[in-house]
Amino acid sequence: MGVPAVDIAHLRKTYGTLVAVDDVSFSVAEGEIFGILGPNGAGKTTTVECAIGLRSPDSGTIRLHGLDPRADAREVHEVVGAQLQASAFPAKLRVGEILEEYRSFYRAPADIGELIEALGLAGKRHDYYKSLSGGQRQRLSLALALIGRPRIAVLDEMTTGLDPQARRDAWELIEGVRARGVTIVLVTHFMEEAERLCDRVALIDNGRVAALDSPARLAAQARGGKTVRFLPSAPFDDRLLRELPEVATVEHEGQHIVVTGTGELVSAVILALAAAGVTVRDVQLDSSSLEDAFVRLTGRHALKEGASA
Amino acid sequence: MTSLTLPRPGAAHRAAFGQIVLNEARLTWRRPVGLVGGVAIPVTLLVIFGNVGKFQQHSASLGGLTAFALYVPILMVFALAMLALLGLPIPLASYRELGVLRRLSTTPVPRSWMLIAQGLVQLGVAATAIAVMIIVAMAVFGSPAPQSPAGVMVAVALSAAGLFPIGLLIAAIARTANAASVIGRLVFFPMMFFAGLWLPRALMPGVLLTISNYTPLGAAVEAIQNSMLQGFPPTAPLLVLAGYALVFGFLARRFFRWE
Repeated sequence: MGVPAVDIAHLRKTYGTLVAVDDVSFSVAEGEIFGILGPNGAGKTTTVECAIGLRSPDSGTIRLHGLDPRADAREVHEVVGAQLQASAFPAKLRVGEILEEYRSFYRAPADIGELIEALGLAGKRHDYYKSLSGGQRQRLSLALALIGRPRIAVLDEMTTGLDPQARRDAWELIEGVRARGVTIVLVTHFMEEAERLCDRVALIDNGRVAALDSPARLAAQARGGKTVRFLPSAPFDDRLLRELPEVATVEHEGQHIVVTGTGELVSAVILALAAAGVTVRDVQLDSSSLEDAFVRLTGRHALKEGASA
Repeated sequence: MTSLTLPRPGAAHRAAFGQIVLNEARLTWRRPVGLVGGVAIPVTLLVIFGNVGKFQQHSASLGGLTAFALYVPILMVFALAMLALLGLPIPLASYRELGVLRRLSTTPVPRSWMLIAQGLVQLGVAATAIAVMIIVAMAVFGSPAPQSPAGVMVAVALSAAGLFPIGLLIAAIARTANAASVIGRLVFFPMMFFAGLWLPRALMPGVLLTISNYTPLGAAVEAIQNSMLQGFPPTAPLLVLAGYALVFGFLARRFFRWE
């Protein structure tokens, strides 16, 4: 293995007194799909903004294929394609015109027809930007990140705002791009997305890397924890469960109750409720997951698929 | 396995600049506010003034000239000022607002190209408006050809050089396109007063005329009017315009924010 595609060491970035990124280090191998997960305000976006040269770090080093994103900005921008959050285009430009402009910026660009075909935008080529739906704008933004045929694609909240089908299409596209050897750095809120796509995931919390491993191993580390979800026959006082030594958290999801904890969690919960005259149905024992690792490491819930950022 | 071929800086990017200019030109055509203010309004005013009989009479109080002859350069400056103070900063402020400039910062293309492209397109529109006005004045209303065509070009070029950086500074300090539009108007109308839109400079009392000489639009009218009616423009208004170009060029550079 030669030089890593992305190499970040002790990155730190503050805005006045706010420490956005405290101390972040990680390396991404060429051809890897690397996920950056974390709660809002954890420093994910600032980290990637530093990585693509939009912001200069207070300290630490960043190398993309050995290049410094500030000192070698032009070269870095040639090999890195970025999708940014909250970036829009003039209302009265057509999709094809935006793509042609961006295509002209790069030395060996992708074919516009193939790209918009893969992203389901082929029928929109002659439409004004203002007529696109949120999901279509998001897919155009993804197309623009890939149009320079980058060696590294940095995608910040790539699938936020996409419906489930479009999200799966985007995942397939990303897997296809990776199959061509492109390194992908993916900032995401969605556990399912990280589990499906990422070879490794960095969990960032409070400006630091809280955990870094494959999604499967992160989930295994968290396996000490379990989640049980059920529908109670009658309302009951949450304290009934919270007082149990096996139980960590109790939450309501509509009619359902979600309990996390350890040990013989399921039987402890069912017995305690039965003693109070409450029966349970529709019991699901959830052992998925990256979600558990996320909650355990950050003390917060990640967004469920379909929730908005 | 990671041998990186470095892109040669400056290579093959002329096409990229052309594409940016092309899209900015398309946008200028599709949101015609700039074309209305910068071309349609001044040309229409020219045609109206040309049809007012009184404007075609030589007047002793105007130094033996016709009011129409005085208004042609004023309307040329009207077009330049509209495009520099409103046509240029409104899209640029909106690009900052939309994140267009930020997105451009992640590409190999220098983001300043967007400013240059927008400036070139607005300049192209201004040149067209001015050419149309000279041709209409000559062909329809019998105005004489400009005394010094080279002088007209120098005067217009320096006027643009003095005015466009003011527009860039407006784009720099306005957070939104709406703010740019408001500031642009607040700057445009008082400046047009000193250009003589409501009271031609020939009729201004001494103090007002002196002030007008040192305003960008007053200097622009003086330089262009001279080259239209007499000959190569005098140095003073050209120096004033060059001064504005330097000072506002510096300020715009100093204060421009990309995001």
